[in-house]
Amino acid sequence: MMEKMVFGRYIPGDSFVHRLDPRTKLIFVFIFIAAVFLANSTASYALLLGFTLFAIIVSKVRIGFLIGGLKPVIFLIAFTFLLHIFFTKQGDLLFEFGFIKVYEEGLRQGIYISVRFLVLVLMTSLLTLTTSPISITDGLEVLLGPLKKIRFPVHELALMMSISLRFIPTLMDETDKILKAQLARGSDISSGTMKERVKAVVPLLVPLFVSAFKRAEDLAVAMEVRGYRGGEGRTRYRQLKWDWRDTTALLILLLLIAGLWLLRR
Amino acid sequence: MERILSMEDIRFTYTPEETDKPYAVDGVSLDMHQGEWIAVVGHNGSGKSTLARLMIGLLFPQEGTVSLFGDALTEENLWDKRSQMGMVFQNPDNQFVGATVQDDVAFALENNGIPFEEMTVRVREALAQVKMERFLDHEPQHLSGGQKQRVAIAGALALRPRLLILDEATSMLDPQGREEVIRVILELREKTGLSVISITHDLEEALLADRIIVMNRGRKFAEGTPPEVFARGEELTSLGLDLPFAARMTGLLRERGLELEETMSERKLVESLWTSRSNG
Amino acid sequence: MDITLQRVGYTYAAGTPFQKQALHDVDVRIPDGSYTAVIGHTGSGKSTLLQHLNALLKPTEGTVRVGDTVITKETKGKQLRSVRRKVGIVFQFPEHQLFEETVLKDVMFGPLNFGIPEAEAAARAEELLGLLGLPEGTAEKSPFDLSGGQMRRVAIAGVLAMDPDVLVLDEPTAGLDPSGRREIMDLFHRLHEERDMTTILVTHSMEDAARYADHVIVMHDGTDVLEGPPEDVFGDAGRLARWRLEVPRTVAFQREFERGAGLPEGPPCLTEEQLADYLAGAVKKGGGAR
Repeated sequence: MMEKMVFGRYIPGDSFVHRLDPRTKLIFVFIFIAAVFLANSTASYALLLGFTLFAIIVSKVRIGFLIGGLKPVIFLIAFTFLLHIFFTKQGDLLFEFGFIKVYEEGLRQGIYISVRFLVLVLMTSLLTLTTSPISITDGLEVLLGPLKKIRFPVHELALMMSISLRFIPTLMDETDKILKAQLARGSDISSGTMKERVKAVVPLLVPLFVSAFKRAEDLAVAMEVRGYRGGEGRTRYRQLKWDWRDTTALLILLLLIAGLWLLRR
Repeated sequence: MERILSMEDIRFTYTPEETDKPYAVDGVSLDMHQGEWIAVVGHNGSGKSTLARLMIGLLFPQEGTVSLFGDALTEENLWDKRSQMGMVFQNPDNQFVGATVQDDVAFALENNGIPFEEMTVRVREALAQVKMERFLDHEPQHLSGGQKQRVAIAGALALRPRLLILDEATSMLDPQGREEVIRVILELREKTGLSVISITHDLEEALLADRIIVMNRGRKFAEGTPPEVFARGEELTSLGLDLPFAARMTGLLRERGLELEETMSERKLVESLWTSRSNG
Repeated sequence: MDITLQRVGYTYAAGTPFQKQALHDVDVRIPDGSYTAVIGHTGSGKSTLLQHLNALLKPTEGTVRVGDTVITKETKGKQLRSVRRKVGIVFQFPEHQLFEETVLKDVMFGPLNFGIPEAEAAARAEELLGLLGLPEGTAEKSPFDLSGGQMRRVAIAGVLAMDPDVLVLDEPTAGLDPSGRREIMDLFHRLHEERDMTTILVTHSMEDAARYADHVIVMHDGTDVLEGPPEDVFGDAGRLARWRLEVPRTVAFQREFERGAGLPEGPPCLTEEQLADYLAGAVKKGGGAR
């Protein structure tokens, strides 16, 4: 069931994009999101779309994975597109079908907003598809580093995130096992009234919690034995390295912003 | 030889308020020398795992003292002592902290502030010792139980400890995983002279030790070399422990009227069967 | 109740980039009333096979027949449940499935799900807790206050309480100490004899398979490679090695003895008692020069 989920999933690879420092990719995506709102002309939207396609090609990510990632939001895009088509009544009347009237401006706005959505979703998917969750965590830890000065527990948060990520597959496995054990004891989750179904979840949740707590306890002991006592005095094994690729990527981003600025109406 | 661990008349209970409950560890003393290999055996609930936790300061005894590398263990020197020890637990999944094999091995090094350049060397060295160097970037969910335990051992070795404690490290593994782990600890013993305490109910593991300590109801029931301990036969089985295969077979054959010497070695047993066949 | 698998195949996550074939061309028959052991290396498909026995998985190819019920990939939910009532599974670490406030309620969970009246379910639960050697008063305790070994017994009682015709055991002794292991295995053997229950043991332990089973199925690389009585399966060390399995210790020792004593390979000794009889006989008969 979960195996079919592609959105937000990391697909290992060895492209230019894969090899970028996670910090670069995070900064890049944040600035890109802001830059998207600079676009306000057909030419600037075309540039955004073209740039996104270029990024996809450079990343060598299979289109299938990206389309998979788009599925959850395709309805949203279609909905906003239609909303603009039907409710913007400016410009020339393009065509009429019964009570439906489509105006030029409506079509344009519909397309603009869809492109905006599309590039946002594609670029963030590209980030998660080409960067392992653990690298994203590393990148965030470093980028948020300055917040330590105001006593924000950056290290602890990053460790929490990385341990959660590490245990997701373990707990999914566990869920599957407990579910099967209860099914074998005649538990029935897929039929009955709403109330019965909610009740049927208890035999699943209680063992899952018990096991998660047990794991947490074991893990805490194992960490303590291995000398963990908070972030102070710790060194880092995972080193982030900034190289020419990262500089290039950020220069390209600057060029994109300049282009968008010039193409504004 | 230097004494690396000593426990003197240790008493410990998880429920100090309830005076009527038996102690989990009740008056245990123990000395261990550099390079020694000790197996602590006993059925579930005999106090053997509590004993292990007392050794590494996860628990402190209500009575008695634990000394490590010559000093009494205190809250103050706890972290320093721990940095010279490693401990591997039962559940392979619940002690894997890192996202990948190499991250996990580096975890204790990071905690102890080892510089990055040194870490990369030590991680590779430790993984080579457990034959997992080809799995640097593997994620735990793609490893077998035996492989995960080997990574856990590497994680302990990376600190270059003086004492390694295995707390039922093989009990959740399949036969192949168990064999992998035992082979690795055997090799370590040969090559490094590392001191090891293994808490176990696996006899093959216990037989590797220089000395076996049998725990029962929180007390030391027996102590000695493997032949000395297993010579107590019936007494051990009544505690819920097993005897080595050769010892069990010797017993059964004696019942059937064969005159055989006590032995734990299958090699010896088969040889004496061959001789008695050709002489008999 | 016979269980028959015909040309069974199973593929996980079919049609995704993560698809994986776990079983193919499995043809086995588990005779009614037998004690069948399923052995195989880790990853041989044992546990996927096991989940087909009570319809937790539906075959993606072929058919599974449990008594008169036929399960194919099209079979609907209702029928699957009736199979689950007849075939109980004790999973590895079954104590992980406990969830109720009291031991009694937990043991009654299965029977109640299958529509057994409350009073009868409670009576069965009480009886089983006694049979499994749990101390008086356990029924009212929280399962989470018990020791590991006791929790395992409670979980096993929860499966037995459904009064299944077939009992499937997946490494039921994993993580137990030697005496706990022996008690549990002897208990299942007793149940098998007394209640005439078809028992299927999935195990890594060749010794347990040899000692208890009267029918053995060997799995390798997702398919069955050998099926037969333990005397056949465990006689040939070379053949088992091809599937990365070993002969039971008793047989290994027997072969070593025969080799050194210059004896031909006899029928394999499946238990330590058999081996002792055989060795004692061979030594006494041996006499002087060979």
